[in-house]
Amino acid sequence: MAEPRRRGHGGGPGMAPVEKAKDFKGSVKKIVKYIGRYKFAVLIVMICAAASTVFSVVGPKILGGATTELASGLMKKIQGTGAIDMDAIANILVIVIAIYIVSAVFMFIQGWLMTGITQKICYRLRREISEKINRMPLKYFESRTYGEVLSRITNDVDTLGMGLNQSVTQIITSVCSVIGILIMMLSISPLMTLIAIVILPVSAFLLSFVAKISQKHFRDQQKYLGEINGIVEESYGGHLIIKAYNKEDETVEDFEKTNKKLYDSAWKSQFLSGMMMPITMFVGNLGYAAVALSGGLLAIQGVITVGDIQAFIQYVKNFTQPIQQMSQVINQVQSMAAAAERVFEFLEEEEEVQIVDNPVDVNTIKGDVEFDHVKFGYNENKIIINDFSAKVKQGQRIAIVGPTGAGKTTMVKLLMRFYDVNGGAIRLDGHDLRDFNRRELRDAFGMVLQDTWLFNGTIMENIRYGRLDATDEEVKAAAKAAHADRFIRTLPEGYKMVLNEDASNVSQGQKQLLTIARAILADNPILILDEATSSVDTRTESRIQRAMNNLMKGRTSFIIAHRLSTIKDADMILVMRDGDIVEQGTHDELLAQNGFYAELYNSQFEE
Amino acid sequence: MGKIFKNFLPYWKSVLIIIVLLVIQAWCDLALPQYTSEIIDTGIQNSGIEHILPEKITLGEYNTALAFMTEKEQKDFEKAYGNDGKSDIGQKTAAEGDNTFYILKETDQEKLDALDEELIIPIVMNYQCSKLPVASLKKISGNVPEAALEQLKKTTIEQEDENGKKTKVECVDARPLIIGMRAQGSGDEQLLGMRKQMKKQIDALGTDTMMSTGKAYAKEMDKLAGVDLDELQTSYLWAAGLRMTVIALILTAAAVMAGFFAARVGAGVGMSLRTKVFKNVIGFSNAEIDRFSTASLITRSTNDIQQIQFVSVMLLRMVLYAPIIGIGGVIKVAGTGASMGWVIALAVGVIMATVVLLILIAMPKFKLMQKLVDRINLVSREILTGIPVIRAFVREKREEERFDEANIALTKTTLFTNRVMTFMMPIMTVFMNFVSVLIVWVASGNINDGNMQVGEMTAFITYSMQIIISFLMLTMMSIFLPRAAVAAGRIDEVIRTESTVTDSKTAQKLETRGGVVEFKNVSFRYPGAEEDVLSGISFKALPSQTTAIIGSTGSGKSTLVNLIPRLYDVTEGAITVDGIDIRDLTMKSLRDEIGYVPQKGILFSGTIASNLRFGDPDATDAQIEKAAEIAMATEFIENKPDGYQSEIAQGGTNVSGGQKQRLSIARAIAKNPKIYIFDDSFSALDMKTDKQLRRALGENVADSTVIIVAQRISTILDAEQIIVLDEGRIAGIGTHKELLRSCPAYVEIAKSQLSEKELGLGEEVERNG
Repeated sequence: MAEPRRRGHGGGPGMAPVEKAKDFKGSVKKIVKYIGRYKFAVLIVMICAAASTVFSVVGPKILGGATTELASGLMKKIQGTGAIDMDAIANILVIVIAIYIVSAVFMFIQGWLMTGITQKICYRLRREISEKINRMPLKYFESRTYGEVLSRITNDVDTLGMGLNQSVTQIITSVCSVIGILIMMLSISPLMTLIAIVILPVSAFLLSFVAKISQKHFRDQQKYLGEINGIVEESYGGHLIIKAYNKEDETVEDFEKTNKKLYDSAWKSQFLSGMMMPITMFVGNLGYAAVALSGGLLAIQGVITVGDIQAFIQYVKNFTQPIQQMSQVINQVQSMAAAAERVFEFLEEEEEVQIVDNPVDVNTIKGDVEFDHVKFGYNENKIIINDFSAKVKQGQRIAIVGPTGAGKTTMVKLLMRFYDVNGGAIRLDGHDLRDFNRRELRDAFGMVLQDTWLFNGTIMENIRYGRLDATDEEVKAAAKAAHADRFIRTLPEGYKMVLNEDASNVSQGQKQLLTIARAILADNPILILDEATSSVDTRTESRIQRAMNNLMKGRTSFIIAHRLSTIKDADMILVMRDGDIVEQGTHDELLAQNGFYAELYNSQFEE
Repeated sequence: MGKIFKNFLPYWKSVLIIIVLLVIQAWCDLALPQYTSEIIDTGIQNSGIEHILPEKITLGEYNTALAFMTEKEQKDFEKAYGNDGKSDIGQKTAAEGDNTFYILKETDQEKLDALDEELIIPIVMNYQCSKLPVASLKKISGNVPEAALEQLKKTTIEQEDENGKKTKVECVDARPLIIGMRAQGSGDEQLLGMRKQMKKQIDALGTDTMMSTGKAYAKEMDKLAGVDLDELQTSYLWAAGLRMTVIALILTAAAVMAGFFAARVGAGVGMSLRTKVFKNVIGFSNAEIDRFSTASLITRSTNDIQQIQFVSVMLLRMVLYAPIIGIGGVIKVAGTGASMGWVIALAVGVIMATVVLLILIAMPKFKLMQKLVDRINLVSREILTGIPVIRAFVREKREEERFDEANIALTKTTLFTNRVMTFMMPIMTVFMNFVSVLIVWVASGNINDGNMQVGEMTAFITYSMQIIISFLMLTMMSIFLPRAAVAAGRIDEVIRTESTVTDSKTAQKLETRGGVVEFKNVSFRYPGAEEDVLSGISFKALPSQTTAIIGSTGSGKSTLVNLIPRLYDVTEGAITVDGIDIRDLTMKSLRDEIGYVPQKGILFSGTIASNLRFGDPDATDAQIEKAAEIAMATEFIENKPDGYQSEIAQGGTNVSGGQKQRLSIARAIAKNPKIYIFDDSFSALDMKTDKQLRRALGENVADSTVIIVAQRISTILDAEQIIVLDEGRIAGIGTHKELLRSCPAYVEIAKSQLSEKELGLGEEVERNG
């Protein structure tokens, strides 16, 4: 299943292996460039973040002043030389509150702006991707699952947004605090600062050690989770077969084996990642003890005063937090860069030329099609259509037949210019297809595909997709022509019924009828039917056929079918095999040739 | 919510251990600040001196100290130094006994603590009198003669005022005066007065400050007696550092162990839920699968359980810890004796109210946001899957607009929720800081009134923060607990659902291998549907014969054959195999006799061989090769480099539709059943293969009962019996020739597929038409 999963709750906090960008620097540069247009706002965000940090660092120190004032006042009171100066304390407290509020306001402005910037960027990226999709060659989408592209629009843009929103601010605040604290610590005692910093690599070593082990289990967990999801999907999908073949017990046994493995890796990874916090805390406490101890020893030698030690210890306490934050941010920046890389990679993909200079006017198209020594391969090294020529007059019916996998759809793709020929040319009314504007050219074609694509909307909207300005009556008339009107009326709410997400509230056959109605409504000079009625039972099919015959009068039409009975009276039949066109002619001509077509045709009746 | 906790029941022992470990962790967590402050307070500020009684004291100072004590105090003081209380007060002055020492004999920490409390007044008085500013002395005892003052030992000490300016203050050791007075028997009253004054000071300042003074005294005495103070401090620092490390170590160990058990319980909960759900779903009949839909069942078995597993660990580690540390904090706060509990209650109330308010504002939008994310996913998916159609109809602009609509809606809502959350952080910080400020302010008043000590205030702030954070944590958890509860409910629903198709108690094994399948007036209705899909179906399918079922889409063909292996049970009537109602047979023995080939070729990951052996694991290589040959699969299998050992990917995605279909036919043949059911299995094959396959089938499984659901007339031309279904009823039974004559529905189907000439009934149609 290519369905992208939303970031689940699989891993522990931030401990799952972090995905890294292939070109970290390049990706970050691109992000920075992309943020560029908001540089003024980003500058304000940075200033606010820094200011907020400074104020919040200063706050406790000033509050400490209140305590000092209190204590000294108390002493005076006892000694009888004075009293606690409640006014002074009140003053300090008011200042502290003011500072905190200012800090909070800065924090708030910063958050408000950054959220805005991030959301604008996410919006823009999503929009650009959606527009990009329409300019890219079909080839791109055929060579990968749509899940891949989908995950760029949702997950990757999300990751990028979250990363931006949090990491920019956090980097600024953490760096500010670390630098500030470091300066304060150095000013007190370089030696003790050294001791305090020495603890960091110890912590880093321990953590990376645990991380190394836990990552292995995380990978295992991810693997077995994938396996178990695979088993679940397969078993539920093939439930019918499992039951019919009495395989319940064995399937459950298999499942339990993998489940046990998942259990082992799950608790181990959870446990190990859960160890990180206590370990960091322990190392932090150890560092604290070390600093206090060394401070005490230095004080004995008179190198340092007691007051300095106290202040220093406060800073040590506050030192570890921003450092931890920074290590988290680094992970986040990494996955952000990886996500950005994929998004930008997509946006930089090659595009199709949409418009040409001096395009041919499509409004006068009659429908003559000429294939002139067409040569084509999906891959340039593997040409499948070697040399195909044919002339189709306006109003003719062309059938394309061949066994499954013979490449019947290729011809359609060439006609619609989803792909361009490698050699020769296809001409419409004598003009090379490449001399049309791509979209205008496609406007000349009506198409019904085997793959019935409908969208989440009402039946009326889905049919009207063929011609957006059609009236309700025209839509209904098209539905009648497609023999869809009756079944639509029997549905709850009729034409207003909303098709659900996979349009699974109507049957496959009914979907085909709707797509046919859509094409009928579109009313284009050239019609392409690609296995349009494959899921409709033959009785209904023949009824539609009759309606279509009317519709197709005067229009050039291309019909792909594997039921040979439906195309016998075509003006020309193209027989395809292994991607190439091997025979062409009318039904009778081809039978007379006694070739591949005849073989295909007669196989139905062989006794 | 209860459903989440229900999962813990089997693990109650581990949960109990976790609770004990968390209590230990909370205890250490709350105790640690005390230990760390000891390093600073005692270790650094008081040079590592823990008690006010000196380790070593000169005889003179010893006697002087006694002069400030009541009789009882003197007794206890002397006992601590190993004397029986017979010393003579004031016999020798301080100066005289400089070379004789008393050494502190008492080592019991608790007793020393008690002594600290008991003797703090006389010791501090003694210390203060030893360096009394001249000015103060004159103030207290104005009647002291100048001459006596002259004799007192003078010292100069530096005092620092609040601006940091240092001033020198003249002090005198006023103690000889006191000793003198006491020796004369006249000082008792004055001493008592002084002690009262001192008591007041202690009550106001708090013992901490006084203790520091007492310790300063001990330090000076030790120094006088020649004790190596640096050595003392160093060893204290090491000891205190060690103590703190040990506590931190216990804390870490408890946390790690709690994490260990929580991880195991969480993973265990996940594992057992997964097995339960999976087992139950595998046991479901199609009716239950349809009710939930496969996609929903997959989500419930994977994501939902994963979420419960995650929340379980969170519950055990964090949610459980919050009340424990909260209660611990409350106990500690109560221990400080400060009557400021209302500040905490107020803070907790206000902060939680704010959080709840913000969440209430954001929650509906959060829910909406999920919907909008789904919407954008849906639109994107539609665009991506519909690229050819969109391009063919040139609807790119419209799709871009549709996407943009969803995009704008999502952006707006996300912006709103994120901004509400942006409020959260600064507001929380401000509130937390307000609480400390409020505590300082209220405490200042209390201290000013002499109802509270400075040290208590600091402790109070620390514990308050712990309590508030634990409440915050609970509130935060309560945001995503409801979501987990929904997942738990969805899982529970699956577990509680029982399969509607089960073996009856009196079920017997199918012993005969006749293969006669008979439908006796069978009707079937899907659960909850308004109309029967099938009604009044009666026919008999005999061995060595092919029974074909044909009809338009939705006429109930597939449903009919699904009833035979009991994928559903009939609503009315009965189906018998060899004369026995299939509901009286064990499902295993019934299904063993059926070779079922579904509409869609479903394969399982493994190899081609493992898929062919699906029905009969003991099938020999020759058997499966033969089956593949009959199913016309040999050619493409042998063209693969690994032949029968070729890998089949999950869902069989690496073989084509036709190949899948042929393999699933071979799988049924390899099982060697008596009854074959082909549910429209041939339509994915081209006409030619279809033809060849049926011929091979006819030759090789001649004595079996074959039931074929078909779309193509050509597939069933030579069936012994064709059943024409129309809207759930039998419209005709007979051979091709018979039906062409008697069944208009059949004729219509036939005409839509074959020309009249091919049908060989040109004249008849002409006559009819």
